[in-house]
Amino acid sequence: MTDAAASYNLLFKIELGENKNMNNAISRRQAFGLGAGVIVGLALPLRPTAALAKNDAEEAIKSFAGGKTPEKAKVKLELPEIAENGNTVPVTVSIESPMTKDSYVKDVLIIADGNPRAGVITFHFSPSAVPEANTRIRLAETQNVVAVAKMNDGSVYMASKEVKVTIGGCGG
Amino acid sequence: MAETAPKPRIRLDRKEVKAGETIEIKSLISHIMESGQRRDPQGNIIPRKIINKFTCELDGEMVFGADLEPAVSANPYFQFKIKPGKSGTLKFTWIDDDGSKIEATEQIKVT
Repeated sequence: MTDAAASYNLLFKIELGENKNMNNAISRRQAFGLGAGVIVGLALPLRPTAALAKNDAEEAIKSFAGGKTPEKAKVKLELPEIAENGNTVPVTVSIESPMTKDSYVKDVLIIADGNPRAGVITFHFSPSAVPEANTRIRLAETQNVVAVAKMNDGSVYMASKEVKVTIGGCGG
Repeated sequence: MAETAPKPRIRLDRKEVKAGETIEIKSLISHIMESGQRRDPQGNIIPRKIINKFTCELDGEMVFGADLEPAVSANPYFQFKIKPGKSGTLKFTWIDDDGSKIEATEQIKVT
């Protein structure tokens, strides 16, 4: 939360600073155009802060991981850098695992931390599946997508990726 | 939106494999996946209606599955791979919020 506030403040100062410096050197008409640009510019830094606004993402990960802290390893999450249409964003998750009876991936939870609700989907694997799955999801806005994998021995691993969303995909 | 019966589609990249080889499966079902977050023009929340569960079983044994939330796109699509240990019937099941089940089957052969 403090990080979010700090980064927002920093961006805010940068925007204001630019505005002041440039106003000295340009005509009124240009300044007006610039003013509009600054308003847009101010709106943009709000997006990453909004993405940090908490839904139930942390709780969802905690309850899925069973109290363990997921290690950032073994999980690969593929998503577009920029999703033009948040209504259908392709996501592929793959996990390093031998997939034998003794050692396999059991469940993989996908979380979106900027959606109205964090949970997106939980995949269930068995030793006769390949630890990889692809689907299409809805993202309301620019945010982080997190994949948490739980192995049959209870160990948990994760990966996350930020996706910039041009048009949000939550109905309306 | 007019309600039509969900129509499942399954495509396997091949139906006959040697032991240890994989089959890639693509599954798609036509479904609105109404999130329960939207409102109609009168401002009333449109009730949630989604496919909440998908399973793929080989002769009754769970191979792959998923629990879906409203954040899965309309017409849920899955692409996954299996490494079947035996020949048998693959049964795909989608479960709707209203309790209805949609099923599809495919025969596979492991040589």
